[in-house]
Amino acid sequence: MLKYAKFFWGQGMMDQLKEIFSRHSGQQSDLIPILQDIQAVLGYIPAEAMEETARFLNVPESAVYGVATFYAQFYLTRQGRHRVRVCRGTACHVRGSKRIMEAVRKKLGIKPGQTTQDYRFTLERVDCFGSCALGPVVVIDGKLYGRMTPQKACRLLERLQ
Amino acid sequence: MSFQELKERALAEWDAFSACGRPRVLVGAGTCGRAAGAEDIIQAVNSHLAGRGLNADVRQVGCLGLCYAEPLVELSGPAMPRVLYGGLEPDRVPALLDDFFGRGELREDCALAVMDGAAAGGIPAFHELPMLRGQVRIVLRNCGLVDPDSILHYVARGGYAGLARALQMAPEQVIEEVNRSGLRGRGGVGFPTGRKWESVRLAAGEPKYVVANAEEGEAGTFKDRMLIEGDPHLLLEGMLIAGYAVGASRGIIFVQANYGLCAERLRRAIDAAEKQGLCGRRILGSGFSFALSVYNALGGYVCGEETALLECLEGRRAIPRAKPPFPAQEGLEGQPTVINNVETLAGVPAILLHGAPSYRARGTEGSPGTKLFSLSGDLKRPGTVEFPLGVTLRQLIFEASGGMPEGRRFRAVLVGGPTGGYVPESYLDLPLDFDSLAPIDAMMGSGAIVVTDDRTCILDSVIHAARFLADESCGKCAPCRLGTQQMVRILHRITTGSGRPGDPDLLTELAATLKRSALCGLGQAAGNPVVGSLRHFRAEYQSHIEQALCPAGVCRLRAARST
Repeated sequence: MLKYAKFFWGQGMMDQLKEIFSRHSGQQSDLIPILQDIQAVLGYIPAEAMEETARFLNVPESAVYGVATFYAQFYLTRQGRHRVRVCRGTACHVRGSKRIMEAVRKKLGIKPGQTTQDYRFTLERVDCFGSCALGPVVVIDGKLYGRMTPQKACRLLERLQ
Repeated sequence: MSFQELKERALAEWDAFSACGRPRVLVGAGTCGRAAGAEDIIQAVNSHLAGRGLNADVRQVGCLGLCYAEPLVELSGPAMPRVLYGGLEPDRVPALLDDFFGRGELREDCALAVMDGAAAGGIPAFHELPMLRGQVRIVLRNCGLVDPDSILHYVARGGYAGLARALQMAPEQVIEEVNRSGLRGRGGVGFPTGRKWESVRLAAGEPKYVVANAEEGEAGTFKDRMLIEGDPHLLLEGMLIAGYAVGASRGIIFVQANYGLCAERLRRAIDAAEKQGLCGRRILGSGFSFALSVYNALGGYVCGEETALLECLEGRRAIPRAKPPFPAQEGLEGQPTVINNVETLAGVPAILLHGAPSYRARGTEGSPGTKLFSLSGDLKRPGTVEFPLGVTLRQLIFEASGGMPEGRRFRAVLVGGPTGGYVPESYLDLPLDFDSLAPIDAMMGSGAIVVTDDRTCILDSVIHAARFLADESCGKCAPCRLGTQQMVRILHRITTGSGRPGDPDLLTELAATLKRSALCGLGQAAGNPVVGSLRHFRAEYQSHIEQALCPAGVCRLRAARST
């Protein structure tokens, strides 16, 4: 929790941002690497950090916001400790990933893109992991689980709860 | 060290590895293998061998393409054949290891194949497995057989010899060789690779770049992932040859966001190649210098579009550019840039090593060579295969992959991912190449083959693809931004029981408008699933619209309306 606490201190976040900015030259092409660095430290990209980044790069805030919202890998809200990703690609869909997503949604009580209130889980839908032959696929904290069923997916979540 | 010395060292290392002087365990630990539990298997192997005090050579290798049998483990040792075991569970590992290494038993009951030579003890030879029969493995020649982290293994198996040969030729001769091979881009469009290189070579401006497109965002495609995870140096060698041919000084591999293992293996491979003088400054003592790097993409299907990819590399939203100018003239940072698919570049070393005629000997007149196909969906044996172009869908689905699971019937095959088309049973005997499916409103694309059986509703599958494309539309051009959403709306009302009689015509018109007016390939092809399914499965649309009936029972239609 320390990293979030630091962020809420305000000044702590500023120091961290300054440290990140010091590693970059301030050209517009640094935008994505800076956002990646911010997310690596804070776990997501808060609005205040986007404002500071815009100021540092001397670009409009809308340019930063535009990039941050475009890519699936940038998060604009605080994320849960466990990231649960359900593949909804074509092959997984054919193999019944819809039922897995429904089961996981019910189990966690959140929709894809949301985080549980206790910040334990974030649920995400992904469009293809490239493990179609093992579909349907679920990825929890970076580890892939193939040949899933709704029951198996729920059991994996119980282990983390 | 000269290339000859490196080669000798590599052969010595490979001989020692192949001789199996001590127990050897190879675990297929690509992403597919890991998804099936390969990491638990490795742990079980290591702890059991440590307990027995056995000094064994345990390695993680790439995928053999037999995803259906993952996790795969190959065992061998002094005076033992190389035997492949599939579908293992960690708790069965100790007994298997004891039987194999301790008692010299081959355990026919759970063995899949003998890797070297002929069948033994009732176990079939690897190349006689039904999934392997008919395959010609040129780009997959090393996958699953070598240690992907060992540059020596790659060199011993003929690696970097294509580069060495290219460096002794003039760049124009290299391009000529690729032109004569007839190699066409494996990303989907099938543009002649040699011609692309030629225009970059002739374009004014320095520096020039080579970009390997490893975005592989097309759902249902996983061949590039397998190729990189199993044999990363093959891609590097292809890029080096491309760089030399076009006069580029830098190569970037654009790796899909979810392909962490690919990026990891590529970075290690680049380090190893640099240490051996195979990339970096003055490669193999020649005047050619070329730096390689890996770029982790950030997610988004549209990034696979070459100009959107360039926008991402330059730090902006991945929004496609209008063409012309083409990347060959004005690509990365406005400089001439070659952008090739991973599989295309991986095909290049063999062309340089064995010559264009040997490459042309496979495949069809208009589409020479072999092609990787990713087989998934309702199949007995999903996985990756490499066949000469001209192979039929029937061969892929019913011979290599064993057809449907017991008791199920074939319904349709979605070829070419979310912007591909649906092919019914009556066209399964068409030879596959870059052009053959166009007359039936489908395309081979990057080789994604997703098979559906009789439990699938075609419309449910079409709306799934349409939703995906509407989500992934970058929003720059109105036809795609609005058209894809409109398509979802029409399909939604059909699949919920409110379809109108004119909807099929409306969808056809919409698809034609998209094709004519959208800015990039994503939008232009967004109507393909609709057009293809309407052509071959119109009856299914009609029963949804006219009777509010989903024949497969998938769509939640409201009760049949009284007319």
